[in-house]
Amino acid sequence: MDISVKLGMLKLKNPIMTASGTFGYGLEFKPYGRLEDLGAVVVKGLSLEPRQGNPMPRIVETPCGMLNAIGLQNIGVEAFLKEKLGLLPWKTTPVIVNLYGQTREDFARLADILSREQGVAALEVNISCPNVREGGIQFGQDPVQAARVTEVVKKSAGSKPVIIKLSPNVSDVTVIARAVESAGADAISLINTLGGMAVDIYTRKPCLANKFGGLSGPAIKPVALKMVHEVCKKVSLPVIGLGGISSARDVLEFILVGASAVQVGTATFTRPDRVFSLVSEVEKLAMELGLDSWNDFQGTLKN
Amino acid sequence: MKQLNNHESRTCVRTMVRMVTPAGSDGFISLYLDLPEWDYTPGQFVMIRPENWDNDPVWPRPFSICEVNRNGLRLFIQVVGRGTRLISRLTPGSRVDLWGPLGNGFKFDPDDRLLILAGGMGIAPFIGLCKNHPHPEKVSLLFGHRVGIECYPLDELPQGMDKQYARQEGQSDLVLFQEMLEKRIQEFSGLGRILACGPTPLLRVVSSLSLKYKAETYVSLENKMACGVGACLGCVARTSDQGYVQTCTHGPVFRADRIVWEV
Repeated sequence: MDISVKLGMLKLKNPIMTASGTFGYGLEFKPYGRLEDLGAVVVKGLSLEPRQGNPMPRIVETPCGMLNAIGLQNIGVEAFLKEKLGLLPWKTTPVIVNLYGQTREDFARLADILSREQGVAALEVNISCPNVREGGIQFGQDPVQAARVTEVVKKSAGSKPVIIKLSPNVSDVTVIARAVESAGADAISLINTLGGMAVDIYTRKPCLANKFGGLSGPAIKPVALKMVHEVCKKVSLPVIGLGGISSARDVLEFILVGASAVQVGTATFTRPDRVFSLVSEVEKLAMELGLDSWNDFQGTLKN
Repeated sequence: MKQLNNHESRTCVRTMVRMVTPAGSDGFISLYLDLPEWDYTPGQFVMIRPENWDNDPVWPRPFSICEVNRNGLRLFIQVVGRGTRLISRLTPGSRVDLWGPLGNGFKFDPDDRLLILAGGMGIAPFIGLCKNHPHPEKVSLLFGHRVGIECYPLDELPQGMDKQYARQEGQSDLVLFQEMLEKRIQEFSGLGRILACGPTPLLRVVSSLSLKYKAETYVSLENKMACGVGACLGCVARTSDQGYVQTCTHGPVFRADRIVWEV
């Protein structure tokens, strides 16, 4: 079976993408697999200037998951373009850059810089990070703000497709999804991490220096699946599903509820080659199910 | 024991547990794994994740490479939480995902004089280093420990090595140990390299004494890690020259004077 997928203007060899924040700048994983085999590589969220992120401790393990409060540490857009992008196989695999700004102007400026880069296939706009004080989730929890950010990024992004990454930390994610669709988004990815907390009864302190963090991993998969399902029913944009995907079966579940593609995040930490092995596992499972094409399967969940 | 440069390729394999041997008392084990085709630098580490963990725990666990010998790759492990407890229950034939060797390790010339300062499980990376060192008479060890000495594989260390052990059972022992550290660092400064591994409070003291006596000291930091390959940014340490850097790829060994110790 041909497992390639179309994501608006983007054609992917397969529906498996990496999730921003869990795959570094891609190069970290070169010893463990062929980046060329992935549907797309989504790199660590970039800001205009380098960011140091939050104090330690920044991560803590929870049952079937983890909390992180990294705080978007990154080398900044210029250093990424100069030192990393050229080493990625962008000619054969779409490289999608996740971007983060504290203001709408930051988002516009980043989109403008990235719009001129041949090696950047699309932009993923992070309006859903729970771990930073300014920007991030404040844009993603209000439909008006989410739409405005989408508009300014679209205006500056030129011909690059714009994917808006949504937060689950809202009362109705479909409202935000429809707002960014109306504002011109080309695709939607969801979910980012769920707000969470872990505490230590011996020290009587929170486990994270930031007190709260974002929950990811298999623990959040049912939440993600529900939200992807709801959003797919309400918008006509391509939807990229993510949240706790760790097996081929998980991938097909997200496609069944309507996703066009998926991103693999925390599972990358269970083995550094996990995302690579998923590609062949998905192909094998699709064949086992007797599928001829994704069209026969995508969004065909029965009531 | 070969010294690798930091950019040689790493591998990720599913490998087999050969042997699990308890040491001293409950809670300390040596885990021997089938050996992949690689060499290592002492101080480098591996990530392991037993196949049967499924989704819980999610993270693998990082361990210093204790040594590579005819029984395979040896990891010296203390049971401290759920992950290490589950690892201690592995049996021969259990399958484990293994990636490494990771990090930079301790770089030194075999002709250098070495002073090793280790605390508790910080001894792990030095077992193979000492056993394979061509000139054990050039190596000195000061080892501080809280539990019985029989828990640690110190009887395996070469005869010709200078060794000093100090147990800390109370606050007064800690003060004495700190005095011993100060004396050894002061005496050794300028004679060779100091290599240190152990709990953060020990490394902080070693760092500050090394600065005081201008000793060339390298510390191996312990940190919680999710990926081990520099991607998750969960294990950062603050350095004076580069800000936050990943312990797993920029370390775990750092020059002591580059670390900014956070409270």
